[in-house]
Amino acid sequence: MTVPISGKEIARQIEKKFPQGIIESSPQALVVDGKSLLEIAAYLKNTRGLDFDYLAAITAVDYLDYFEVIYQLTSLKHNHSLVVKTRCYGRESPSLPSVVGLWRGADFQEREIYDLFGIIFEGHPNLRRIVLWDGFEGHPLRKDYLRW
Amino acid sequence: MVIKTEPFVVNFGPAHPSTHGVFRMRMTLDGEVIVDMEPVFGYLHRGIEKLAEERTYTGCIPLTDRLDYTASMTNNFAYVLAVEKLAHVPVPARAEYLRVIMAELQRIASHLIAVGTFLNDCGAFMTPVLYMLREREKILDLFEMACGQRLTYNYMRVGGLSQDIPDEFVPALKKFVQVMPGWIDEYDQLLKENEILLARTKGVGILPKELAINISASGPVLRASGVKWDIRRADPYSIYERFDFDIPTGAVGDCYDRYRVRIEEMRQSVRILKQALKGLPRGKVRSDVPHLFRPPVGEAYGHIEAPRGELGFYLVSDGSIAPYRFHVRASTLINLTALRDMMVGWKVADAIITFGSIDICMAEVDR
Repeated sequence: MTVPISGKEIARQIEKKFPQGIIESSPQALVVDGKSLLEIAAYLKNTRGLDFDYLAAITAVDYLDYFEVIYQLTSLKHNHSLVVKTRCYGRESPSLPSVVGLWRGADFQEREIYDLFGIIFEGHPNLRRIVLWDGFEGHPLRKDYLRW
Repeated sequence: MVIKTEPFVVNFGPAHPSTHGVFRMRMTLDGEVIVDMEPVFGYLHRGIEKLAEERTYTGCIPLTDRLDYTASMTNNFAYVLAVEKLAHVPVPARAEYLRVIMAELQRIASHLIAVGTFLNDCGAFMTPVLYMLREREKILDLFEMACGQRLTYNYMRVGGLSQDIPDEFVPALKKFVQVMPGWIDEYDQLLKENEILLARTKGVGILPKELAINISASGPVLRASGVKWDIRRADPYSIYERFDFDIPTGAVGDCYDRYRVRIEEMRQSVRILKQALKGLPRGKVRSDVPHLFRPPVGEAYGHIEAPRGELGFYLVSDGSIAPYRFHVRASTLINLTALRDMMVGWKVADAIITFGSIDICMAEVDR
């Protein structure tokens, strides 16, 4: 059985190392600041005992005030999982660092989020639209997107 | 001496018999050798995630049928699991067993298509695929008995199934699990040691173990690379912890391993089916859930081992009758990330085989 690790437990473990990085934590998820996302992700991936080597999924949700990006992390070695969330603000050009350097599985998924939500992933090697065509206007999965 | 030629770009697809849908590979070739490849897709994007936000939770089930249409049962399964997690709905024991039976039948049916079309791509034109479609037909007949449909089943419901199976289902399934192992042996006799198949697939399109994990590959693609990771075992959902089965893995992660893993998985699915048939209890197949219901505010990620890998649904509820966010973790989309690494350095003829061995369904990639 994959053991879901509490966000609170991880927060306790890393709050000394990343005092600015943690926004909130709950048993279900760890919410981190976008600026510290890469550092915390690298720590979660490379620390012995955590070894989150497998990024199961990334997705985004539009809450109108902000976008939330959700990372489902799993460790195949220890068979445990963790949900990491981060938020970004603004409707014009919300941006977050890309985690492709750590988990290449993020490649197409970040492109899809960029395509459908308009979140810019800085450092992504090939951030272009993926399911819609290049000339498409708007980002359809946003809640304020009008269809026609 | 190697003759250097001017690199040139070939658009492979979008409409090509070997792309299994509308998929384009923008290949840069140096003579016959692939030096770069970029997958281009989205031709089948229907905006299912957006459509689902305007439907009720029950109304989304037919949409999931249309994701990976060769494995609709498992799509239903993953979605209802996520909703049940979100709304805390219990499922009767008989429904759990029937869900497992349907999921394993679906796995066999999907692998038959995958292996059949893969062999088609390898040049074993039409004969193996027709053998395999013959067996798949039996499974479709079983599904038709259970729900009246042959492709888009819409069979599972939140809290159970839409209806119980008819009386003739169990005898037909018993007959199927008796004969299926013999059919798999027949494929093996024809193909396992086939010289042409070995020459074309052994050592071709290798996906190393570390890379497979790093690109989040799942399903047969991950296991063929030697990673023993099956969600049915690693994170058992429904009642999978009650069944005894092995997880076949490959040694090097080449096209041949991926083909072998699928064949062996079919045998294991038959094993699970036999156990599920033995344990199938009587009782109702659906707990009392209304068609319209409001799950509490929150979110849930439900995932299963679908035939093509980890299929997950991430649902966010705002307390209304429709999901606020409906995200599909499409296994085939993510498996495609590895395609470039598997192809570069190989010849054009190998590209088709490598691509076929990943086993994709464009309806799921594009959604």
